[in-house]
Amino acid sequence: MNTTTGRPAVPAGTARVITAAGALATAGSTLLAWTYTSAYPGNLTVYGYPGGLQLLTLASGLITLALALAALGVKGLRWLAPAGTTKALRLSALAGLGTTWFTVVSIAATLGGLVHLEPGAWVAAAASAVPVAGAFLLPDDTRAPAATRELGSWAEILIIVAAFGAGLYVITYGIDTEYGELFTGYLITVGLTAAALSKSGLIARLNALTAKHRTVTVGAAFAAAAAFPFTQTSDQYTSVAANILIFATVALGLNVVVGLAGLLDLGYVAFLGVGAYAAALVSGSPASPFDVHLPFWAAVLVGATASLVFGVVIGAPTLRLRGDYLAIVTLGFGEIFRIAVNNMDGSSGPNITGGPNGVPNIPDLVILGYDFGQPHDIGGITLGRFANYYLLMLVFTAVVVLVFARANNSRIGRAWVAIREDETAATAMGINTFRLKLMAFALGAALAGLAGTVQAHVSYTVVPEQYLFAGPVPPNSAFLLAAVILGGMGTISGPLLGASLLYLIPAKLQFMQDYQLLLFGLALVLLMRFRPEGLIADRRKQLEFHEDTAPPTVPDQKTPDETAGLTKAGA
Amino acid sequence: MSTDTTAPLLHASGVIMRFGGLTAVRNVELTVNPGEIVGLIGPNGAGKTTFFNCLTGLYVPTEGSVTYRGKVLPPKPHLVTAAGIARTFQNIRLFPNMTVLENVLVGGHTRTKEGLFSALLRGPGFKRAEKAARDKAMELLEFTGLAHKADHLSRNLPYGEQRKLEIARALASDPGLLLLDEPTAGMNPQETRATEELVFAIRDRGIAVLVIEHDMRFIFNLCDRVAVLVQGEKLVEGTPDTVQSDERVIAAYIGTPMEDDPGQAEAAEVEAAEAATRTGTPAAGTTTDEEEQR
Repeated sequence: MNTTTGRPAVPAGTARVITAAGALATAGSTLLAWTYTSAYPGNLTVYGYPGGLQLLTLASGLITLALALAALGVKGLRWLAPAGTTKALRLSALAGLGTTWFTVVSIAATLGGLVHLEPGAWVAAAASAVPVAGAFLLPDDTRAPAATRELGSWAEILIIVAAFGAGLYVITYGIDTEYGELFTGYLITVGLTAAALSKSGLIARLNALTAKHRTVTVGAAFAAAAAFPFTQTSDQYTSVAANILIFATVALGLNVVVGLAGLLDLGYVAFLGVGAYAAALVSGSPASPFDVHLPFWAAVLVGATASLVFGVVIGAPTLRLRGDYLAIVTLGFGEIFRIAVNNMDGSSGPNITGGPNGVPNIPDLVILGYDFGQPHDIGGITLGRFANYYLLMLVFTAVVVLVFARANNSRIGRAWVAIREDETAATAMGINTFRLKLMAFALGAALAGLAGTVQAHVSYTVVPEQYLFAGPVPPNSAFLLAAVILGGMGTISGPLLGASLLYLIPAKLQFMQDYQLLLFGLALVLLMRFRPEGLIADRRKQLEFHEDTAPPTVPDQKTPDETAGLTKAGA
Repeated sequence: MSTDTTAPLLHASGVIMRFGGLTAVRNVELTVNPGEIVGLIGPNGAGKTTFFNCLTGLYVPTEGSVTYRGKVLPPKPHLVTAAGIARTFQNIRLFPNMTVLENVLVGGHTRTKEGLFSALLRGPGFKRAEKAARDKAMELLEFTGLAHKADHLSRNLPYGEQRKLEIARALASDPGLLLLDEPTAGMNPQETRATEELVFAIRDRGIAVLVIEHDMRFIFNLCDRVAVLVQGEKLVEGTPDTVQSDERVIAAYIGTPMEDDPGQAEAAEVEAAEAATRTGTPAAGTTTDEEEQR
C-alpha cells in the first residue's frame, strides 16, 4: 500500500506527516528575515512580518499544508481534493519550492553573493524542499471524484461568488505587482497552484457548479471585473487593465474566425485599426479632414460598420482559398492596411489618415454628461480616466462575450465548427461554406472594429504603427493569434486568459524585452507539445473526460490524443 | 430497364466524367424510382465513387445531365443537398470534435432557417426552431439506435456506430434519395446485417436509396435493382437474379455464382481484382477518385 516500485519504503502516513510539517515550516520561515538589507525590493528584512515574495511563499506553504492535512484525512478539509491529493500535493509543494528558491537565488544574484542571505533564507530554502520530498514519496491516490453532495442553491451560489472574489484578488495582485521579481514569483506560485487545484479535482468541481448556475457565474465574473478599478488608488494599473481588456476583446473576436470557423487570419489587427481610424476620424479630432464630431454611439456604429465592410471586401475574394493560402493572403492584407494608412498623408496619397503622424488629439468621451477624461468620486473611491475607460470597455467586452456565446451555440455556430472540422463533409450537409465563412469573417471584423472605437479614445491618438503583424506591444496580429491558441481555441475564457498573460508578462518583465518574440515562440512550441488544446479546453474537448468509456481519471493533458489514437487504432 | 408508371426520382443520362486524358465515367445512364433500393457494383476503380460525386455536385459531369424530380441538379454540393439528395462517404467523414447530436443537427442545416441575427437576439422563434431541430435529431438518433450516445464526441464512437451516425446525419436533411457509399466497408457480419435492416427501415420511411457496395451478399439481399459499372461503363442492369447470372458480369467481376459458398466468392473476388490489375486501368482510377474527393 505504501509505495510503488523504485521508491524508498516510507509509510504513506509518515510521508504525509513529513509533507505537512515541511509545509508548516515553509510558511513559518516567512516570519524570519531573509536578507539584512532593504536593497532587495519588497523588504524581506523584518522579523514576524512577511513581505513581498515572502507572502507568496507563505501562501503556497499554507495551501500545501491544507492539502497535506486533507491527505491525512482531517475532517472539514477533504473537499479540497475530491480527485486525490498526491499529484496536487506534488505540484503545490513544487510551487512553494519554486517560489522560495527563486527568491533566494534572486536575492543572491541581485545583491551579489550568498553572503547577503540571512539564516531565515536558508531555513526557507531547506523547509520548502521537505514537502516536495514528502509528496514524491507518497503513493498515487488519484481516484474518481465521489458523487457530489447536494448543497443548497444559495450555498452553491455563495461558493461561486467566493471563488470569483478570490479570482479577483489573485488577478488584481498580479496586475499590481510592482517589480519583475515579484511578478515572476507570482507566475510560479499561481501557475503551479492552479495546476495543483486542477489535479485535486477542485477546479472540475467548481466548473460543475458554474455550469449549473450559468447566469450567476456570468454575473459574478462581470461584477468581479467591474470591481477591479475600485481596488485601485491610482491610474497606474487601471491603464494596464484597460489595455488588457481591449486586447482580450479583440482576441475573442478573432476566436470567432479562428476558433469556430477555423480560418487562419494573420492580419486581424487591421480590423481593429479600421474601427479605430473610422471612429477617430468622426470623433472631432482637429487633425481629421472630416469636420464632424459624432456622438459616441454613432462613432461606434461607424467604426463597426467600416470594419464589417472592410471584412467583406477582403473576405469575398480570399475566402475561396483554404488553409495556408488564406493565412498568407490575410497576412498580406494586414500589411496593406498599415502601409496604405501610412501613405494617405496628403503627399503620397489623399490626406485622410495623417500618414505616420496618425490622428492625434482625439477628444475624451462625454456620455450623458459623464466626462471620461476627468476623475470622478464614486463611493469615496476616485475613478481616474483609465478607470472610466476600463468600465466602458468592460461593457463592450460583455457585448462581445454575449455575441460569441450566442453565435457559437446556434445553427450558424454549429455550421462554422462543421466547416472547421471537415469542409467537404460540411458542403455535403448542405452548408454554403463560402457564405458561412464570409459571415464569420465579417462578424469577427465587426467585433474588432467595436473594440477599435474605444481604443481610439483610450490612447488619444491612432497611428499606423499600432497595427503591426508582430511588435513589442500587444495587440498585434501575431499576439492576438497567440492569445487565442495559448488560451484555448473556441472558448470564451481562454482568449481572455491568454490575452491577460500575453499583455502582463512583457509589461512586467522588462528584462525580457529583447528576447520577447524568441521566448513566445518557445512557449508556443512547448504548449503545442504538452497541451495542444490550450490552457482552457473547449467544452467539446472536455467531453473526452466525461464519457463512460474513458477511464475516470483527473483531466490529464495527454489523454485526448491518446484516447483518440486508441479509438482510431481500434477502428 | 424497368418500365415504371411513376416518374423517376433520379435520372442520370449520358454522364461522362473526364479527368484530363482519363475517362472515369463513360456515358452512364441510371434511373432511381421512388421507394426503390438500387445497388451500384463494380470492381475497384470502376468509377462508382466518381459517378456518385457527379450525382452530388462535388464534380460537374463533363457531359450529360442529372435530373432529380424532373429538375436538373445544380452543380454545387450544398444545393444538391437542399434539393433532396443526401450522401455518406466511403471513408467516414464525420465532424470528429462535435458531439453525436451536433453532427445530426448540422445535417439538418438546410431544413432550418435561423440566421445569425436570430441567434444573437434569441427570440421565441429561435428557441422554437432550436427545440424542433433537437427533437428531430433525437428522433433520428433513436431511429439509428444512437440516442444513448447523443452527448459523446463522434470520434469516440466505435467504427460501426460512426457509419450509423453518418447515415443519421444524412437523413437529417430530409432527403428523397439517400446515396450510401460503401456503408458496410470494414464491418463484421453482424454489423452488416444491422445495416441491411437499417436500409430497409429507411426505405420504409419513403426514401429511395442508391448504394455502392462490394459485399455481394449484402447487395443482392438488399436491392430491387443492381447496376454494374466496369471501367466507367455500365455493363448490365437488372434484378439481383439477372445480374448474378449474367455471363459478362461473372466474367468481369464475380467469377463464380454466389450460391455455392462465401469462401469461394471471396477467392473469386481476389481473382477478379488480379485480373483487373492486369488490364491496367483500375488502379489509376482509384487514386483519382480518392484524391479528387479530398
